[in-house]
Amino acid sequence: MSQMSQPTALSRCPSCEEPLESGDRFCGACGYDLSAVPAPPSDTPTLTMNGTTPHPRSEADPVNWPAPPAPGGPGAPGATHLPTDLPGTDSGGSELPTTPGAPAVAPAVPDTPAAPGTHAVQSASKGVRFDRPAEPDDYHLASPKPSTPTSLPTSLERRDPHEQGGPPSQPVDPRTATPAAPVTEAKVCVACRAGNVDTDGYCENCGHAQPRERDHMEQELGTVAAVSDRGLRHHRNEDAFAVSRTALPDGSPAVVAIVCDGVSSATRPDDASLAAARTANEALLEALPRGTHPQQAMHEAVVAASHAVNALATEPETAQEHAPHQNAPACTLVGAVVTSGLLVVGWVGDSRVYWVPVDRGAPPVRLTEDDSWAAQMVAAGLMSEAEAYADERAHAITGWLGADAYELEPHTAAFKPDRPGVVVVCTDGLWNYAEAAEEMAEVVPSDAGQRPLHAARVLVGHALDGGGHDNVTVAVLPFPATPQGAGSA
Amino acid sequence: MANFSKPNVPQFSVDVYQNEYLPEGGREVNAIVTVSATGGGTIGNAVAAPHLYSPGQGPSAAVAIMVDCSGSMDYPATKMRNAREATAAAIDTLRDGVHFAVIGGTHVAKEVYPGTGRLAVADATTRDQAKQALRKLSAGGGTAIGTWLRLADRLLSSADVSIRHGILLTDGRNEHESPEDLKATLDTCAGRFTCDARGVGTDWEVKEVTGIATALLGTADIVADPAALAADFTQMMETAMGKEVADVSLRLWTPVGTEIKFVKQVAPTVEELTGRRVEAGPRAGDYPTGSWGDESRDYHVCVRVPAANVGQEMLAARVSLVVPRGDGSAENLGAQGLVRAVWTDDMAASTSINPQVAHYTGQAELAQAIQQGLDLRKAGDFDGATARLGRAVQLAGASGNADTAKLLAKVVDVVDAATGTVRLKAKVAEADEMTLETRSTKTVRVKK
Repeated sequence: MSQMSQPTALSRCPSCEEPLESGDRFCGACGYDLSAVPAPPSDTPTLTMNGTTPHPRSEADPVNWPAPPAPGGPGAPGATHLPTDLPGTDSGGSELPTTPGAPAVAPAVPDTPAAPGTHAVQSASKGVRFDRPAEPDDYHLASPKPSTPTSLPTSLERRDPHEQGGPPSQPVDPRTATPAAPVTEAKVCVACRAGNVDTDGYCENCGHAQPRERDHMEQELGTVAAVSDRGLRHHRNEDAFAVSRTALPDGSPAVVAIVCDGVSSATRPDDASLAAARTANEALLEALPRGTHPQQAMHEAVVAASHAVNALATEPETAQEHAPHQNAPACTLVGAVVTSGLLVVGWVGDSRVYWVPVDRGAPPVRLTEDDSWAAQMVAAGLMSEAEAYADERAHAITGWLGADAYELEPHTAAFKPDRPGVVVVCTDGLWNYAEAAEEMAEVVPSDAGQRPLHAARVLVGHALDGGGHDNVTVAVLPFPATPQGAGSA
Repeated sequence: MANFSKPNVPQFSVDVYQNEYLPEGGREVNAIVTVSATGGGTIGNAVAAPHLYSPGQGPSAAVAIMVDCSGSMDYPATKMRNAREATAAAIDTLRDGVHFAVIGGTHVAKEVYPGTGRLAVADATTRDQAKQALRKLSAGGGTAIGTWLRLADRLLSSADVSIRHGILLTDGRNEHESPEDLKATLDTCAGRFTCDARGVGTDWEVKEVTGIATALLGTADIVADPAALAADFTQMMETAMGKEVADVSLRLWTPVGTEIKFVKQVAPTVEELTGRRVEAGPRAGDYPTGSWGDESRDYHVCVRVPAANVGQEMLAARVSLVVPRGDGSAENLGAQGLVRAVWTDDMAASTSINPQVAHYTGQAELAQAIQQGLDLRKAGDFDGATARLGRAVQLAGASGNADTAKLLAKVVDVVDAATGTVRLKAKVAEADEMTLETRSTKTVRVKK
């Protein structure tokens, strides 16, 4: 098993929860003095400190961190962890359900990284209640081995708890571990730097809306990575993604990426895209290890996602949204499953998948056909591609997930590429700036297969440099899927 | 100060209706803020459900009734008699335990009951005594409304109560006092008590009566036929008895760089509030709304925000409700609403007008068109009057304001309501014109 533990430094600022780089002395976002946080002991944590029992796990343990429950909406605060969510583990760590080919990736992170001043931190694993600030002995130590290129992404993507309860191969995302108690220290406005941020997320001085969790999201899991950005012209990010890894019954790896684009003219498009991405991802994680053919699994995942989006239409609107248009929440969906020999794509709407071979001599290909007015015009032979895309109706989509969709037609396709390459899964926020497969291939870095997160960032950067007119979301998956760990050199 | 621990105090809620999307370079944010108070009057106020109130329960209140006793009240003699009966009816509507006084108004103010500079406490005995005392009311003398209000203020402030209210009846112009004196008195009394004002007959000045009601956050109306006074007084007193919280202010917080263009009450009537702002700490201001029972009112807030790039979002205003205290602090009533600004390049989003904003913009224009039309008509500009009143007919028809449309139809002959084509009537009853003018600010709510 490869060791992917992170150093024991704090993973997040105790004040503002901003992810930290190792070696930071002050938080880059709020300036919190990190030296004020007690440093974890440099010794193995078998020593009883502060009257607590030693931590019962070895550093190699994959801790099955439960993800917090799904946020209730864009404005709802993310739930915090309860220590009781933690499954018990023994010092061997072997009883934790793992799948072949899915080695431990869980870095040792603080049990309940409580900020100084947070009281009554409970730790179910110890049955001890602290009526004092959490002490460093709560931190579980990793070996001094440097961390893998999992370069502490800033993803704040949260996954459902039952995602964890599904296939046991679900890799653990260290970033889903949030502090036990939110810190109520006032945040300073990012716009005017003068006012504090009130509980609604607006500055008390200039009224500026503060960056939200979803404005920029990154996630990397072994060899798959995804980045989503609000872009430069939209006030919120209505895209969502989900990436995951699992294994087929024969033990060979399978990598999943789902990307969804909320339909802006509908109500709560951000909720729709999030629900669709999560649901499709979960459905695939359930079906693939059971031996369902990936193409069939993808079809079912799209259907499951559409049910999840349809269900949103019946939920009450949020108080803020007295929108004049009350359209049912809707979004597009595109997904890809990469195994050792097969590439399966599925989509509804105008989000796309591109295939870019490692050997750039071979032609890159677009693997999806948009459900859009322009694509239909071209397919029907009524217009040339250039004419169709020049029309203002070009981007009107003709297929989407949502209660008001006429008829759901999930498209799926399976490919057996004869050479290695990378799969780019993206929303129109990216492909508007690299429409043709050749253009896309030019933007994809040559080392995308080795550094998918870097490649995803480069692609998002390309869209932002081009104007960033829409939300941009892109996932990068190398083909063929390699056993986890092998890619993390 | 209202006691908010009492269960019969209404719960306030704030709803904001707006299109928050602005085009690139857009700077004006419009929102309709609906403030509703529920849970107070709905469980039954003292009038509708007296069994729920033992004496002294319910909000403590004091009421002063000001009756015009000028010489003109005897022409015709039924006016004075009807005013006496109306006052008696209002006294009968008083809840037990409410402090009250009756003032007879001429060029000076006289205490009719109970006298000696104090208030009576309503019960069977004092109600009887008060009605006896009304016999002393006789017409004779001039009209100086300011003196009546000053006496009412003095009497009302002598009681330690949460709701202070006046009811004022006049039949003539404020002839024995300069307009400046009346204005000074209104400025003094504003915020100390609320007052409904009624004009009986047709010899009074509409702008005087509506001005009193506006300054003192009450209602204004015409009672053209003196026989209708009793019913009107009863209804006014019932409304006053239904009030649960006094001195409520709409508090607007706006960020740095923004400017409040206007704040208007738009339902149930149009009332300009912009100039009545009282600063309440950094970037916050209070706009007085008077006392509240179980009711709902709408406000139109227009904020000018600094230009921002597409994709930006900001809070343009935060709306809350407070009861200011004398020492500068304020009790927050809990409810709040957010007025937002979001810049987008989606033309469909930024060009749509919120239906509530559109509706009340039309209602405010309707009130203005009626005012201007009647003023032009008085000034002899019949073409101008026809154009403005035609526009008013059009707006009233389009927005479904049937009451105002009916009143307009008594002043103009409607040829085509949809296009606003009208002819001025050659002969208009004075009462009809005054009714239209007095009620021009009445609005209807948006059709849901």
